[in-house]
Amino acid sequence: MSAFSRFLTSRWGPIITGLAVGILAPVLVKLGNPGNMGICVVCFNRDIAGALALHRASVVQYIRPEIIGFVLGALIAALSFREFKPRTGSAPLVRFLLGMFAVFGALVFLGCPWRAYLRLSGGDWTATFGILGLIAGIGIGIGFLKFGFSLGRNRPAPKALGWVMPTIMVTLLILVILAPQFGRDAEGNPTGPIFFSTTGPGSQHALLIISLAVGLFIGFLAQRSRFCTVGAIRDSILLRENHLLYGVIAFIVAAFITNLALGQFHPGFQSQPVAQTNELWNFGGMVLAGLAFTLAGGCPGRQLFLTGEGDGDAGMFVAGMVVGAGFSHNFSMASSPAGPAAFGPIAVTVGLAICIVIGLTMREVKT
Amino acid sequence: MSDIKTVDARGLSCPQPPMLAREAMKKVGKGTIEILVDSITSRENVSRLARNSGWNVTMEEQPGEIYRIILQK
Repeated sequence: MSAFSRFLTSRWGPIITGLAVGILAPVLVKLGNPGNMGICVVCFNRDIAGALALHRASVVQYIRPEIIGFVLGALIAALSFREFKPRTGSAPLVRFLLGMFAVFGALVFLGCPWRAYLRLSGGDWTATFGILGLIAGIGIGIGFLKFGFSLGRNRPAPKALGWVMPTIMVTLLILVILAPQFGRDAEGNPTGPIFFSTTGPGSQHALLIISLAVGLFIGFLAQRSRFCTVGAIRDSILLRENHLLYGVIAFIVAAFITNLALGQFHPGFQSQPVAQTNELWNFGGMVLAGLAFTLAGGCPGRQLFLTGEGDGDAGMFVAGMVVGAGFSHNFSMASSPAGPAAFGPIAVTVGLAICIVIGLTMREVKT
Repeated sequence: MSDIKTVDARGLSCPQPPMLAREAMKKVGKGTIEILVDSITSRENVSRLARNSGWNVTMEEQPGEIYRIILQK
């Protein structure tokens, strides 16, 4: 086991993780997940927000077991290799805000970095604008890092704090299994408090046990290998370190080949699944997301894996993502296949302005 | 011992520990640098960067899961 762990923490780790995600995500599409959305960390958090009625967009409501698996798989890895280390105190409130703004941007594009790469590997060329925006956002974030941006130091925390997110995930697992329907609608039909889509992307999912197993497996691998779809680009530009980037390249190549093999590669700009074609706001949305992820220290997947290690600050970022997804739909900021929503562009503009203020003002306070 | 430059990167998250290490390596040029981190991820990131930059890396674990990384060139 320790030889396997050493292998995963070597420069091969991100590549193995990338290959695993790249193969399993298209397989999840084959088994029922939405098109080019085998795994989308932001979309899946948005679906969870909907299932909990934090928004009422009826087509995107489901408690995605992949997300539960990510956290619990990372927890198992962290406990197995003495890396479960509860900690917090590094500007948690700012991290909550960054989680919200990252989701505002990602839901204008309609996908997180994971899905941007998956859309590309499925032949959705509109993803290129999102990926270019992501790189630009990461570039802006690197500029702030070079000029001294820091969210400050965390501190060790009681063990109990580290168990908060895993406990929430176990609760979500119970809720997706039981799907309680305590309420009654006007016609007397059972409804809520948990809502699952009957049409649209939220209704499309693989079997619960398969989604959970894939999530656990990826969560375990990614905790060991530090797989990060934003850190890959950041470290390559900032530190000339490419080992995470090789993981993302392996991810895209594996997803492309798997999509080809499964007959899921459909090249083009038009009529792509759960995508919109507005170049400017596909780009702009991901500039905001890329900047927010970079300021917070990693992609949405990485934030989930960190919560499995007991990182309370990453937990605040995840909470920000779920709440932000609720706002995104309630305030007509999230795009639809028809294009950007009424307040999507203004949300991106305001989000960028606030993230720039965060980048300029947050510094480590010497004590 | 006074020639050793110390960088305290404890509690800092990605990518700050390797950034601080790189800054110190550039500033020192040749000599000895001590870097303190408190996570295995930071330990890996700093030591990988230093090795790739041609520095000799040794490590020791201190009480409280603090890792002391010594870079020499």
